[in-house]
Amino acid sequence: MHVHVKENGEIDVQGNRCKRGLEYAKNEVLDPRRILTMSVKVENGEMELVSVKTDTPIPKKIIPKAIGYLKKIKVDAPVKVGDVIIKDLFGTKANIIATRTVSRK
Amino acid sequence: MDNEWKGENMKRQKVDVLVIGGGAAGLAAAIEAANQGAKTVLIEREKKTGGVLNQCIHNGFGLHVYREELTGPEFMERLWNEVRGTNVIVESNETVIKILPKSKEVVSVSPEGIKIYKVKALVLTTGARERPFNALLVPGSRVSGIFTAGVAQKMVNIYNRLPGKRILIVGSGDIGLIMARRLKIEGMDVVGVVEIKSEPGGLIRNVVQCLEDFDVPLWLSHTVIEVHGKERLKGVTICKVDDSFNPIPGTERFIEVDTLVASVGLIPQNELIEDFVEMDSINKGPVVDDLMRTSVDWIFAAGNNVAIHDLVDFVYEEGKIAGKNAAKVAKGEELPKVRYTFKRGENVGVILPQKFTGIERFKMYIRPKKTMEKGVLKISNKVYRRFNWKLRPSQMIDFIFSDFENLESILKVEVNEIG
Repeated sequence: MHVHVKENGEIDVQGNRCKRGLEYAKNEVLDPRRILTMSVKVENGEMELVSVKTDTPIPKKIIPKAIGYLKKIKVDAPVKVGDVIIKDLFGTKANIIATRTVSRK
Repeated sequence: MDNEWKGENMKRQKVDVLVIGGGAAGLAAAIEAANQGAKTVLIEREKKTGGVLNQCIHNGFGLHVYREELTGPEFMERLWNEVRGTNVIVESNETVIKILPKSKEVVSVSPEGIKIYKVKALVLTTGARERPFNALLVPGSRVSGIFTAGVAQKMVNIYNRLPGKRILIVGSGDIGLIMARRLKIEGMDVVGVVEIKSEPGGLIRNVVQCLEDFDVPLWLSHTVIEVHGKERLKGVTICKVDDSFNPIPGTERFIEVDTLVASVGLIPQNELIEDFVEMDSINKGPVVDDLMRTSVDWIFAAGNNVAIHDLVDFVYEEGKIAGKNAAKVAKGEELPKVRYTFKRGENVGVILPQKFTGIERFKMYIRPKKTMEKGVLKISNKVYRRFNWKLRPSQMIDFIFSDFENLESILKVEVNEIG
């Protein structure tokens, strides 16, 4: 895909194979967002880590701050897949949710 | 040497469908076989089923199957839920050591001892292994600190351990790209990724979201030519290569790292069947038809041991097809015979399936041998698909073949570069 930002601010997208590609290309230029996936420490669980993700894409620029924060927190087992671990991360309306189930030890 | 096993004190049982390997393909096959009414046992050598899904905590799974973007563990738990709704017996911590094709017996080892299964149909979903760094024959001592990407991934995501402090990734396949991001997130100094080819080996989406987003340099047409260190890795020498992958003198550079993560290829695992099933040396897996049946009519296969796939969604679909047809064979149904065979033409590398019955439409996968700006897919000299976008070996072409009118029995498949 090719994206061209015109002088008047309009965005021109070429080469997208579907409508979603058009949206994606525009967002990549105006407001790039990503789903963040990583692991968070678990206490009293059968595993030391629970894998997590943001349930919706968050702005790229706050990702380093989000990573730093998630590396510090701990979750108490049991955790079930889909459980909300952090609600409304840094006011983005995105939640951090568990992507696997970790039972209590 | 293929006599019936006559051992004493071995647990014997009869099953309709035995599935070997409990990753995405195996779980899908077992679920489908059980749903078709077959007495189904799934054997898995690890403590838990799920295969690599367990450790792939990143996104990108399930877009086709569930129309949602899921992480590996989420996809795995969906499969577990499906399994729980069936009568599949899952035997984990058990390893199959031999298949006896003449007597249709499968021998396995478990904490309960040796087991012998008498089967009506078999599904082999044993996945793939990683190519080890040592296979590249890079000069240097056997130092610690060199891992394959999957091992590093398991270390970090399951065991909460970091492989080292300062790391170079060798190979730009998807697993390498994913690990570059993962290790950077966990605070490692990810120096860069070297790729011997002039193109990245993984999906472009991963090059952007793993390397560009995290400022990890990608050095194309570069490779490691020497490993330094006595007990622990101290550094590597990398250099540029020409179009024939020969090192270009004068471009050598020393990079100080204590860890290497190698993502240099996946190799299908077929030791259990490769001696008596027709194999394809390019796919490195068994020859299969559109029913996922091998050259032995009661043995089916699906997933990464058939050929290395890009998306788990395709592996899941194949597993379901294999399970469905294995169940039919177990019930005594006669399956349609193979009538057509594909022959590889220009630019066709991996192709799957290699044969088909022509009974109903089926999905085909092709890996082009080289990158091209635009391409056209031809079967028996007839154009089936035009691609107005870049085709690469790292991104499998998938399409549904349904035009069975007036076909010859041998069909040449080619991907021609156009424009």
